[in-house]
Amino acid sequence: MTCSLFHPGLLLILSGLLISFLHGTKRTVFVLLIPCLALASVWNMPFGSACSVQYLDYELTLIKLDALSRLFITVFSITVFTGSLFCCKQAKSKELAAAFIYAGGAMSVVLAGDLISLFVFWELMALASTLVIWSAQTTNSQRAGMRYIVIHLLGGVILMCGITAHVNATGSILFTAMQADSIATWLILCGFLLNAGAPPLTAWLADAYPEASFSGTVFLSAFTTKTAVYVLLRGFPGTELLVYIGLFMIFYGIIYALLENDMRRILAYSIINQVGFMLCGIGIGTEMALNGAAAHAFTHIIYKALLLMSAGSVLYMTGKRKCTDLGGLVQSMPVTTVCGIIGALAISSFPLTSGFVSKSMVTQASVDEHLLWIWLLLQAASAGVFLHAGIKFPWFVFFQKDSGLRPDDPPLNMQMGMIFFAVICVLLGVFPNMLYFMLPYDVNYEPYTAAHVVTQLQLLLFSGLAFFVMLPLMKRTLTLSLDFDWFYRKLVPVISNQLFHYLVQFEKVFKQGFSDLKLSHYLDNKLNIQLSVGMGMSMIMVVFVISLSYLLL
Amino acid sequence: MINSHLPVLQVLLPLIAAPLCVILRQSVLSWLFATLICFLSFIISCVLFNQVLESGVISYALGGWLSPWGIEYRLDKLTAFMLLIINGVAAIVLLGARESIADEISSDRLYLFYTAFLLNLTGVLGVIMTGDAFNLFVFIEIASLSSYAMISIGNDRRCLYAAFKYLIFGTIGASFILISVGLLYAVTGTLNMVDIFQRLPDVENTKTLTTALVFFVVGIGIKAAIFPLHLWLPDAYSYSPSIVSTFLAGTTTKVFVYVLIRFIYSVFGYETVFVQEAMSHVLMILACAGILYGSYLAIQQDSLKRLLAYSSVAQLGYMLLGISLATEAGLAAGLIHVFNHAIIKVALFLSVIIIIFYTKTDSISKLAGLAKTMPLLMLSFLIGGLSLIGVPLTAGFVSKWFLIKASFENGYWGLVVVIVFSSVLAIIYIWKFIEVAYFKEPDKVVIAIDGNQKTPYLLLFSLFVFVIANVYFGLDSSLNVDMANAIAQDFYLDFVVQ
Repeated sequence: MTCSLFHPGLLLILSGLLISFLHGTKRTVFVLLIPCLALASVWNMPFGSACSVQYLDYELTLIKLDALSRLFITVFSITVFTGSLFCCKQAKSKELAAAFIYAGGAMSVVLAGDLISLFVFWELMALASTLVIWSAQTTNSQRAGMRYIVIHLLGGVILMCGITAHVNATGSILFTAMQADSIATWLILCGFLLNAGAPPLTAWLADAYPEASFSGTVFLSAFTTKTAVYVLLRGFPGTELLVYIGLFMIFYGIIYALLENDMRRILAYSIINQVGFMLCGIGIGTEMALNGAAAHAFTHIIYKALLLMSAGSVLYMTGKRKCTDLGGLVQSMPVTTVCGIIGALAISSFPLTSGFVSKSMVTQASVDEHLLWIWLLLQAASAGVFLHAGIKFPWFVFFQKDSGLRPDDPPLNMQMGMIFFAVICVLLGVFPNMLYFMLPYDVNYEPYTAAHVVTQLQLLLFSGLAFFVMLPLMKRTLTLSLDFDWFYRKLVPVISNQLFHYLVQFEKVFKQGFSDLKLSHYLDNKLNIQLSVGMGMSMIMVVFVISLSYLLL
Repeated sequence: MINSHLPVLQVLLPLIAAPLCVILRQSVLSWLFATLICFLSFIISCVLFNQVLESGVISYALGGWLSPWGIEYRLDKLTAFMLLIINGVAAIVLLGARESIADEISSDRLYLFYTAFLLNLTGVLGVIMTGDAFNLFVFIEIASLSSYAMISIGNDRRCLYAAFKYLIFGTIGASFILISVGLLYAVTGTLNMVDIFQRLPDVENTKTLTTALVFFVVGIGIKAAIFPLHLWLPDAYSYSPSIVSTFLAGTTTKVFVYVLIRFIYSVFGYETVFVQEAMSHVLMILACAGILYGSYLAIQQDSLKRLLAYSSVAQLGYMLLGISLATEAGLAAGLIHVFNHAIIKVALFLSVIIIIFYTKTDSISKLAGLAKTMPLLMLSFLIGGLSLIGVPLTAGFVSKWFLIKASFENGYWGLVVVIVFSSVLAIIYIWKFIEVAYFKEPDKVVIAIDGNQKTPYLLLFSLFVFVIANVYFGLDSSLNVDMANAIAQDFYLDFVVQ
């Protein structure tokens, strides 16, 4: 267990178990200190493998560090730190504990050098994230958490089947780059993609995340999908299918976010949209594209957490979450508004924000590979992102009509969390080399060329114009948009009930034998048992099995 | 000196102790006595386990009559492994039994329960130990008759119905086994298992042998509650006194799985069962159907005991599935699940017993908000449930891993789909209760729990032993996995002609 002290993931998991025993200032100090320790330990760790453990005849490698995994651990620890800062006074201990275990699981997945330990922590993440959702303790969060866990455990078993088959076929449990060419690797890919929010099971994300508490969503947005991006980066770089899945997710996210009325659901859909950009990068598969995907994951975690923190602050102060109920909050929540706008600019990749320096790498990679259509679609999507997340979210929440609500800015620690991330968003945008030197491959890319900046500004300005021209269309009412989850929320129960009905009939036929034994008489000690037709049925069943066996033999 | 007689002592000890319980009469005394016997029996099985590991197969001639004329007790690794499971479950479950059954069995019949319990243990241990096919039938009958008695002994009137149903089914099963043994005797002229196995090549491809095999499989199918012959099981588990359900779930069905393995490999032989008769496919289809059917019906239950009973039908399918793969890895996977399912199911049943102890009900809908009043107990149930689902770092995961791996080795993708799908169903039926217990507002039954009631410490102790075992064997599975692998390897070396 000596290595567990230096293993950032296990460190977080263990400290997560301790959080419930701490209160007040002690808890605050503890939750702020631990992520810093994790960050320090990962930067003091040499590249390579360490910490091997024996399990089920296999030698597990709990730590395999390289530039890519260090990048993800870094952003994960920063997010845990800021997320804890954001809610250290307000959140329930249960939620913080679950969030720490969840984050620890994500870090352990990133560090895992073999498929089995990866899978173990993968499942731990699924369980802990469900606890984060449930900590909101509302009826909706219970139901959504229930659907969430079922889908994730389903993804877990698919992944497990793939891993078992892969281990069987290759004899090695090491987690290396794979080709999706056998059923085993396809299953692994499916398991990974499910966590990335890929179609057809995309709906879990927007279904579950907004039901968590105001702070829980901040944690949720960071880990599950980004760990999936990480494992895809490592396991399936250059798989062409990912480009199309990515494109689908990009437009799916935009369309549903434009239709949505709940502010945190808008942001949840935009997670799907942003993960789509990363998958595109992974699918293109050049060094530039992979760098871009990794960098975009890094910046996206930060600005999405920032956006969700500002949405969380609004929710915390007003208790309202629908765009139609909000508006005009800029007058009394200036800090939240400014931070929200910085996040919105970053997600729209406005020059001088972090999104600009990372997303442009993915689009540049498509240019380098002469993928014209993909480039065009990505550019169109960039405009779409500005529409739904860049303008729609801040406009309807902070400006627009005056809803009459006059809440104050949230408590100091929540403001500090937002300001910290807002500063990072701008810093990374102004000094992109801070980000570039952490990337897995060498970067020969300069984002701030005149042509690039002008193109991007034009794009953003025109889509901004489009938004205000079409403003009446953009206004949402209390509608419900139908998604794929209709199948498992409505259709499956109906089918299941029908099936149950038939099975009951089936059981009845066989049970007849015993109810016909005049049970009541037997229990009244009259003992006039009548062997009736039903009893014969049971016998027939036995004979049936025998004759069936004969036929098969 | 005594060491050489341990095999017979293993069976004789509970057999002699059973009537003594009737003489003791007084309930606490007979409980103490029976528990002591169980622990002694457990120690014997540990010693035997070591002996078998050190010196290989032990053959004990009963009464000095050498086989094949006399009855032979034959201990190989599989026998020793099963003895360990059965005795371990029996000893620890009985330790906590007193506090629970006082509620469910009227006090003047308590000593009879302990008598029946010890007799059942005798029967079960005898089935495992014996190397004689007819003797096996006798022990099966001892085990079955005493379990009918145990089921019907409760205060709940419905248990009479359940016991009667089990009696009818069980008797049909036993007669089928007897017919099968008779047919084997007719063609080979011997009852000793080793002897039968050696003489079978002479009578290969005869109709009699096929008939014997089919009668045997159907008979054992009823006893082990293999789908679709499981109909007695849900009632027997849900209406009998809770301790009885626990013990039956942990031991009886496992023993019949053992008998199935024993007969397939070391009586009928791999060649007959799997190569000539293609029994593998019959068992595989039944196993898959059982897995899906059991899991599906478990979802629909409101009574916790009934839910666990249906889940047992499904889990039994897993064991059968491993066996039906007809490979070394498959057999090992089946055996690993025999061990793991014993500790999983007993842990779950014990938590249900404690729930019943406090609330007098096992209806899920009435137990809303239970986690608020009994957090530790619900945590135990949760761990057991996660293990049943097969979440990593629990015992259930190890079984599932090896089962899926074995299916892949044969290239049976369909089986993997079944396993995957049924574990999703398992999530649903376990989570159904977890959700109610953790998220619903406490119901009147739960609010009415009397805080001053005496805490059943021994029962809690038994529960924690099994819960910890679930986690322990999830982390360090060397005991059961290595043992199961060694058994499977031995079986394929000794009984399967390559």
